[in-house]
Amino acid sequence: MNFSFLNISGHHFPHVLRLGGIGLLTGIINGLLGIGGGTILIPALTFLLQKEQHTAHGTSLAIILPTAMVSTFVYQANNHIDWPLAFKIALSGMIGGYLGANLMEHIPAASLKKLFGIFMAIAGLRMVF
Amino acid sequence: MLAYIIGLLTGILSGLAIGGGTLLVPALVFLMHLPQQTAQGVCLASFVPTAFVAVLTHFRQNNVDLKLALPLTIGALGGALLGSVLANHVDAALLKKLFGLFLIGMGIYEYSCSLPKKYLGN
Repeated sequence: MNFSFLNISGHHFPHVLRLGGIGLLTGIINGLLGIGGGTILIPALTFLLQKEQHTAHGTSLAIILPTAMVSTFVYQANNHIDWPLAFKIALSGMIGGYLGANLMEHIPAASLKKLFGIFMAIAGLRMVF
Repeated sequence: MLAYIIGLLTGILSGLAIGGGTLLVPALVFLMHLPQQTAQGVCLASFVPTAFVAVLTHFRQNNVDLKLALPLTIGALGGALLGSVLANHVDAALLKKLFGLFLIGMGIYEYSCSLPKKYLGN
């Protein structure tokens, strides 16, 4: 087992601080809003740290998994999780995720993204007002 | 049945990389009439098993940069504690407004990201 990744002294100290700061922001979004945080992390990894798309996705998920577990624990401690519902969503969500990933090549993702962007903004407005 | 349909549809959007998780919370609030905090809790809890499988796959394909992930994860765990304690202690109506603001921002981001590069200044 190689533990060399634990040696963060290989980074310049300000760089480590910057990474910690990006992590902190991702964690706050994750805990406060209950969504992954990949929306912050993936652009940060690709644009700020020049990581390739597949490394950015893998690394981002590896960070968000323990983060979401901590948030889930706090929500559970406050009785804010409906577990039977979460189970149904997770099960159907996995099937959906598999379908979505395979549909990728057959669907004009850009126009769909635009459509759901508008959809999100409208849902957001309804939540604010 | 409605829960399975919501899970399936937001799952498909996640698979297409169109922010399915972000839409799961408003779907649970508007269609299943969940309180804001519970909708967020369900979203987090349902994310964990899916993410677990995905991380294993990425790890096997060497797509995880552990050296980079470590300081980011330390920050993220602290942020998660801070954010989730805050979320569970604010008024549901306020949290819903906050989520709404984030959603508007995300919507604009998704929309502008899908525009051809010539509209984005560079």
